[in-house]
Order: sequence, then C-alpha cells, then structure tokens
Amino acid sequence: MFLSERRRGQLAALSIAAVVIIVGVPLWWRTTETYRAWLPVSQIKELAKLQLQLSADVEVVFARGTVTPEQQKKVPLTQTQEEERAIDGDLIILFLILLIRNTKLESKFFSCHVLFLPEDTALSESPCGSLVVYVIPESSSLLPEDVNVYIGQRRTALLRIGPQMRVGKTLEQLLAHLEPRIKQVLQVMSFSHNDITAALSDRVRFSPDNKESIADSMRAFKSSPGYEITFSLLNPDPKSHRLHWDIEGAVQTYIQPLLTKLSPVANFSIDSQTLYYTMLGVNPRFDTSRSAYTLNADSLAHVINPVEARLGSNAASSNPVLNFLLYVPDAQHSPLYIQGRKKQEVPSNAFHSPRWGGIMVYNVNGFYGSEPEFPVDINIDMAKVMGVFLAQLRLLLGVQSSTPPPGFLVARCGSTGLADWELDRLMWSRSVENVATATTTITSLAQLLDQIGNIVINDNIAQQVSSAVTSLQLAVAELEAGNLGFALQYSKEAILASEKAFFDPSLLHLLYFPDDQKFAIYIPLFLPMCVPILLSLLKIVSEARQRLEC
Amino acid sequence: MHVASWFQKCIEILIFYDFQEELVVRPLHSGDIYASFQFRTLWETDFMRGNKVSHYRLFPKSLGQVISKFSVRELHISFTQGYWRTMQWGQPYLPSPPGAELWVWFQDSVTDVDATWKELTNVLSGIFCASLNFIDSTNTVQPSASFKPLGIGNVTDHRFLRYATLPREIVCTENLTPWKKLLPCGSKAGLAVLLKSEKLFHSSFHSQAVHIRPVCQDWQCKTTSWELRQTLNVVFDLHNSGQGKREWSLFKMFSRTLTEACPLASSSKIYIDITDNPEGEQFELSPATSLLSQAMVLGDRRTFSVYDLTQQDTFGSVRSLNLLIRWKSTEGDMLRPLLHAERYVAGYGLQTGEIHTLMYNHHPYRSFPVLLLDSVPWYLRLYIHTLTVTSKGKDNKPSYIHYQPSKDRVRPHLLEMLVQLPPNSVTEVTVQFERALLKWTEYTPDPNHGFYVGSSVISSLVPSTVAMDTNSTRERPLFSSFFPCKEESSYFVRVYTEPLLVNLPTPDFSMPYNVICLTCTVVAVGYGSLYNLLTRSFQIEEPSPGLAKRIANVIRKMRGVPPL
Repeated sequence: MFLSERRRGQLAALSIAAVVIIVGVPLWWRTTETYRAWLPVSQIKELAKLQLQLSADVEVVFARGTVTPEQQKKVPLTQTQEEERAIDGDLIILFLILLIRNTKLESKFFSCHVLFLPEDTALSESPCGSLVVYVIPESSSLLPEDVNVYIGQRRTALLRIGPQMRVGKTLEQLLAHLEPRIKQVLQVMSFSHNDITAALSDRVRFSPDNKESIADSMRAFKSSPGYEITFSLLNPDPKSHRLHWDIEGAVQTYIQPLLTKLSPVANFSIDSQTLYYTMLGVNPRFDTSRSAYTLNADSLAHVINPVEARLGSNAASSNPVLNFLLYVPDAQHSPLYIQGRKKQEVPSNAFHSPRWGGIMVYNVNGFYGSEPEFPVDINIDMAKVMGVFLAQLRLLLGVQSSTPPPGFLVARCGSTGLADWELDRLMWSRSVENVATATTTITSLAQLLDQIGNIVINDNIAQQVSSAVTSLQLAVAELEAGNLGFALQYSKEAILASEKAFFDPSLLHLLYFPDDQKFAIYIPLFLPMCVPILLSLLKIVSEARQRLEC
Repeated sequence: MHVASWFQKCIEILIFYDFQEELVVRPLHSGDIYASFQFRTLWETDFMRGNKVSHYRLFPKSLGQVISKFSVRELHISFTQGYWRTMQWGQPYLPSPPGAELWVWFQDSVTDVDATWKELTNVLSGIFCASLNFIDSTNTVQPSASFKPLGIGNVTDHRFLRYATLPREIVCTENLTPWKKLLPCGSKAGLAVLLKSEKLFHSSFHSQAVHIRPVCQDWQCKTTSWELRQTLNVVFDLHNSGQGKREWSLFKMFSRTLTEACPLASSSKIYIDITDNPEGEQFELSPATSLLSQAMVLGDRRTFSVYDLTQQDTFGSVRSLNLLIRWKSTEGDMLRPLLHAERYVAGYGLQTGEIHTLMYNHHPYRSFPVLLLDSVPWYLRLYIHTLTVTSKGKDNKPSYIHYQPSKDRVRPHLLEMLVQLPPNSVTEVTVQFERALLKWTEYTPDPNHGFYVGSSVISSLVPSTVAMDTNSTRERPLFSSFFPCKEESSYFVRVYTEPLLVNLPTPDFSMPYNVICLTCTVVAVGYGSLYNLLTRSFQIEEPSPGLAKRIANVIRKMRGVPPL
C-alpha cells in the first residue's frame, strides 16, 4: 500500500513532465516563433564569391592581301583566348575572349581608297558587345602612315599588319602576331582590367597602383536605373541682368541625342530652373593684373554648399540628381574667372564636382555696351554652355575618354556625342558594377538575417531575394555568353529587387526585442512551474539509482 | 526705341509668367495689428494635357514636379499657430484652422486616388518639413459639398477630393524656411525681407499657406495658367510685441524696413486699411501717401492707403520705407462679423460626452444657409440619432445631411449638413458621443494631454451690404481676389471653429506587465497545489501531544521520572 502510493506520485510527476515536454514546449515554441520564409542561402553564398567571366565576340575579317587562299581555308573557325585576373583575393575575374575567325573576303569594300569607313553600311552592323576587326595588309593606303589601328564610330576597327608580317609567313605566325594586338583593341573598345577594377571599387581595397582608375570611378555616378538631370541658371543679380536662356531648344539639340543613345543604360529625365539671389560660398578675389575677379581651384570646394540649399531636392523620384549650374556673376563681381591649381586660366571657365554635377561661370560683361542701362537683357549662348555641360555629363556618367595607345586613331564621335563602342564600354562596366552591387546587397541582407533571429522574413521579401538571385545568375550567365544587352538588363533587375528586399520596412518590426524583456515576462510563469517538476524528476532519478545500487 | 523694346519685353514676360507681391496691414480695434502677405506667381502652361513640363522659371521646381507627378488639379495647404479670434479681429482675408490643413483636388485621370494621396502627403511633408506624413485614412475625408474647387474647371465629383487636418501640428521656423524658399526672390529682396522668424513667431496668430490652382488668363478663358499663391498672415499683440504702446511701425513689427521691391515682381504694394480712419482721427499714418484705393473685401467697401514699392519716390530721401501707425484714440467700434462660430465639448466622466457647435448669424434681418462640415476621429463614436439642430429654441431641420459613419482604425466620421441660419440668432448643433478604448500602442506619447479633434468648417455665402465685384479677371488687389465671386449680392466666407481637446480613458501603461505577473502568479500557485496533491503521498500521522503535556514531560525528564 505504502509503496504503491509512492509509485503513484512518481508516475504523476513523470506524466506531468511528459505533458510539459510534449505539449507545452512545442506550443510555446510555435506561438512565439517569428515567421521566417525560406531564403536561397546556398545560392547566395555561391554568388558571394563573385566569379565573373566576361567574354566578347571578336569577328576578324581578313582583307585581300593578308592571307593566301590556302591559308585562309586553314584558319580555325573559332578560337578562344582566356585571361585570368584576380582582383583582391577571392574575387576572380576571368576574361574570356572569343575569337571568331571569319574568312569572308570583302575585296570590293576594301579596295576603295577612303580613310573613313562608310560606317552606315549594314556590313558593320553587329550586336552590342561584339567587335569586328578588319585586318588589312601593311601596304594598304586606307590608313595614314603612322596609324596602325583605326577605331570607328560603330563597333569596328581596322588593324594594319605589322611590317614584319609580309605575305609568305605561316598562318600560326600571323595569328600569334595578331593576338596581342586584337587584345589591345579589345581593351580600348570593350573592357580593360582597370575598368573592371573601377567598377568593383566598392568591393576592392585601395591599392596604390590603380589610384587613377579609382579616382576615375569616384568621379562618375554610381550605377542606378535612372538619373535626374537638372540645369539651373543662377542669377544672383536680377536687378542688373535679365537673363534669357533657351533651355528647351538646347536640351533638344545637344543633350537629348546623347541620352537617347544611353537609354539602354538608364532612364533619364531632364528639368531646368532659374534661381535668383543665389550666392556662391566664397568671395572671389580681385586680380588687378587682369582687372578681373578670380576663383581659386582650392576654394571651389566651398562654392557648392550654399547653392545646394537652394537647388531643392527632387520631390518626384529618388534617383540620383546630376546638377548643372550656369552661374552668371553679379555686375559688381564681373568678369569672374576660375583659376587652375597652377594659377592658369581655365579655358572653359567651368569645373565639375565628382558625383554631384558641374558648374560653369558665364561672364556677361561683354554685353554691357558703352553705357549700360540696368537691367541689361542678355541672351545666353547655349551652344557654348551646352558644349561644356555635355563634356561634364559624359564624365559624370562614366563614359571614359581614356587616351588611346600610340598608333591608334579614334574616329570623332558624331552628332550623338557617343560612339557605339563607348556605349558598349559603359555597358560592360555598368553590368559588372550592378552585379557586384546587387551581390553585396543580397549577401549582406542574408548575413543580417542570419545574425539577427528576431527579424521577420515575409514571403514578399523572400520572393524579392529569390528573384534578385535568379536575375543575378542570369546576368552572370549572359556576361559569360557575351550577350551584353541581356546582361545589363538582368543586372538592373537584380539591383532593383535586391534594394527592394533590403530596404523593406517590414524587416524592422521586431528588430529590437531584447532578451531581458523576454525573461521578465517568462520568469513569473516558468520559474514556479519548472522548479517542482525538475526537483521531483531529480528525486526520482536519485531513487532509481539507489535502488540499482542495492 | 529703347523704351519700346523694353515694353515689348515686359509684355513677353507678362504672357509667360508673372509675379506679384503685396502686404495688407489692418489696424485692429483691440490695438493689435494684422499683417497679411500675399505672393502670387502665375505661369502660363498646361499641366492638364499631360505634356511633360520640366522647365521652370519663376514657379518653384519642387512644387511643379509635385503637381505634374501626382496629377494635382488644386492644392491648398496651410500651417497655422494660434486661433483666429473672429469676434475681436473680424474676418481674416484667408481663413485657416489651427494646425495643418491640406485639401487637394486630383485630376480625373488619377486611378488610385488614395495611393496618390498617401504618396503626395509624404512628399509634401518633406518639402514643408511638417508631419503631414501622419495623414492617413483615419483622418482623411471626402467632403461632398464644403470644398469646391476654387480655380477653373467645374469638377464636382468628390471622389477626386481629399481633405485632412492635423490640429496638433506645431508651426515654427522649420516650416517657414522652406516656404520662403519657394519665392522667386527668396527672402533677399522685396516684401519677403520682412519675414524674420524671430518676430513672426512672437505673435498671437501666425498662418502660412500655399494655394495652387488653375486660373483664367483673360475674361474669355482662352488661355489658362497656374497660380501659386503664397500667403502669410500674422497678428501682432499689443502687449507682447507692441510693449503696450499703441504705436506700430514696420521696424517694430518685423525688425526690418523696406528698401526695394523684388525686381522680378510686376507689382509690389503695401495696403493700409484706413476705412475707419477717413479723417485721421483714429490713427496717424506716416509717411503720408496720396495714393488711395478702394476694394470690396468680405462684403464691405474698404479704403486703403497704397504704397507702391516699384516707384522709387516711395522710399523718400532715406531710401528706406518704415511705415508708422500711431493711434490717437482708443474709441471706435468694429463692424461685427456677420457669421461666427464656436465649439466645445460638454459632459463629464470618461465614457460619454457631447459636442456643441454654436453658429451665430449677426445679420439683423437676413437669414442665410451655411454648410457645416465636421470630421471626427473614429475613437469618438458619434451617436448620430442624438443629433439636434436648434435655433431660437426651435428645432431647425437641416435641408441636406451627408453622413459617413466611421470604421474603427480605418476612417473618421464625416458629417456635412446645410443649415439655414435665421436672422440675428444662435444655432446650436449637438451630438453625443462615446469614447472608445484604444489599443495600448495606439496612444500618443503623452496620452493624458488629450486627443485633438479638428475644427469644424463652416462655409457660407453671406449677404453683402455692398455690391460685390463679379468680374474675376479685372485687376484687383490680391487679398480681395482669392475666393471667386459669382453674384453681386453675397460673398463667400469660411469660418473655422476651435479644435477640441478630448480626454480619452487612459490606462496605466505598466498594466500589461502587471497583468502578466499577476496571472502567472495565480496560475503558478494553482498549479503548485495541484502538483503537490498529485505527486505527494499522504499518511496518517500520530496526533502530537498537547503543549501542557510536552512541558510536563520535559519537567519529568529533568526529574528522571518516565514521561506520561
């Protein structure tokens, strides 16, 4: 009787403990759990290594007189060249250069003795990202004497065979001779190591040898799906000057063609405004030798801040804004010239601020006449202004005008202000930059979510993350295949989706839920409930052990 | 020839854009002074046709972008600190309720008005540095009759109208600075140099507003243009700002004097209301001006002394204009405003209450209809069956009632009605309400301060004593041309009542934790006893001997005798 009573107590304690463990704990776990949707973590980790392969199609056309017909038959149809470059540790970039040897002979085309190729012919039409290199014999008079390579406005280049490669050399020798030169052409027209490093500047540490390219990349705006371009006319002295600028016409004539050309890269919107009584942040110094006011290069950094307060932020979108200011100095401080670092005059009288925009000073004292009667009506010469702004716009958008190697002749860009291969170059670096940025965003989001267990991951975020990952994979694959247009498109989608996921406000809801508060709530219930259960369990265990020992 | 070309240029400028500035000063009988600034920018362009306008000259770019992005037809926004005392000060030129008020008519091309409205309020909140982002569906209403478009275009579908007030909004310097930035001359030239925040906010009433609407350029309305009207009204207090002396000057009011007009302005004028002072017996004005102007304002013909800042001789030999008003007598009586309203909360306890709205018609023999708009938050549950409207002790049945009941946490109550006010009477509108209990996260940081209920809006066509000017395109001072005037015999007036401050039942905010602790303790105690009952084994024990017996045993033990 006594034993069975004891046994009953033990059974009761055990069953209560079992109920707590089997029902209570899962119930508590379930009800206090935060919702975390599944994320493709392994794919993100794979992407984080960022193994990019860039490949460009190069079509080589041999003109008559460069290869013999027998050799021509033996020219391999495709040949692949690889170049592997590691950028900063784990990040490996593979340059894959695909050489497609085309043996079509365009004798008719090359016989004409014109220097500049008729670029509009359908012959030179090639998909974006690819190049056509025409190899012409050494004796050809198509190019001037000292020019070995001519780069056209489209995606074409003319390559003159060196003097040592006369007819009669073997095909292997010829190809070996051409290879480094085609690579050189490719670096000018598509991408080079420096470009890619600059595009990845967010991920790589500074190293002293590529300082210049880093400075270049800091000047241009970060890649973004859209840009707002604002032209502002600053008139600090409306009492003396009544300014008229035909900005509508000027934008149509000078800026719009460039932007239309750039439309695969980003969307652009343009607006303009006139601001009165806007002062520069520094007082110009009077230079008696030139009887003019001067702004030193050192003080230019202080010019922008007071003006910026008046420019107004863009209310309608969150894209980065490129500001172009035309400053007409007031009558008391005119003429005003910008002085370079070596005290020399800046011919354009303009300067630009990295990732912000450009400022041009437009002196109007020439319009005063002998006896000025204020206010003076002034019509601004938009051609002069827009020339400067267009050059600054190219710089700020990252269209690099690096100096070509010796022996290269680059065709002057036409009415659009941008050659096709320049656009390609921009698209290459933008795609790489987008891929890198999106990868960084997604990786850091995954890390953050991994570290902080309190964050709720909703289905829409998981969906954004997955679509960003998918787009990224597609973009990387397209880069590998050399389809530049698709690569850029996918990389833009990846950036949009990753930013949307990263900045989703729902991530913040339960971000701060400290453990001490949890304990404060749990202790009043759990402590009195668990202590007796634990104690009786301990007692049962010790009794069982004693019984075993006996 | 030179003059001719200059003239031509002027015309060209007039056609495309125009900027006017104006200051009206009305000396009040209480000794206070009312100053009203108006700046108007006209821009001849066509947003409606959907062509993308992106080149701005005098019109501020930020607002232009807002209009074109959100397809706004009309936008009215006001920030007010203090309450306009109609009975002391008369009617203001531009009425506004305390706090922030925003009402917007969207173009009928907008498909999702609510989403656009939400986005618009967020953008405006950034532009004006105000908490307009707190406008959501719980304080937005769509009035059916009270807010008609003030510009051209007779859209009456109130699906495209949104109206919201934030009665708690505090207005200060950070709202004034972005407002000043919208002016073409900024605060660098013209009348805007007077707008110094340290003086403007040291006043009994301060209100700044932005009104954007499409207007006709000519009487045939062949060309339309956008009008941006920026107004700033301020009442300086006799005792606070005037140090008790009945003497005012521009310098005393604004700590600045005027030296020039804004060079971009086609007109720049100061008007001083001298209607009550035809012979100069009330106050003295210096420097004196011979320029007089008459205008029909608020149903009355008023006379103004005019100072034209575009004329060089206005500034005299000292090249600076410092207007001085010196009172001579304290006599005189103000014309009582014909329409006036008050509102208060009655009742006791924290469960129910009653909102009383009083509307006064001071007209001796004419009755006129008024439109009353009430927007009450959902946490005051109106009992609409208790709505009573009484005038002169008799029931006054409203001829039109539009009531939209609230939904908890979704939308507020909207009550609009058309009431006829009998001559020389007080009309009282009462409605009872019950206070709701909020969730504990819905309380404001200082819940014991109370919850604000926005002003009632009373819009009315009040019979005029003089014939009003119905020609909307004639050159008139800005302050008299804001509300369009359709007929000669009446004029439009909008009156705002006081906002209400209502206490809601407020819990002790440590309550949840207390409740958790208490219930957990109760559960733990119950559980503990149950656990003991289940796990302990019970045995019958020998009853212990009594206290006397035990003491006796101890003594017996000491004596060496066997225990009992």
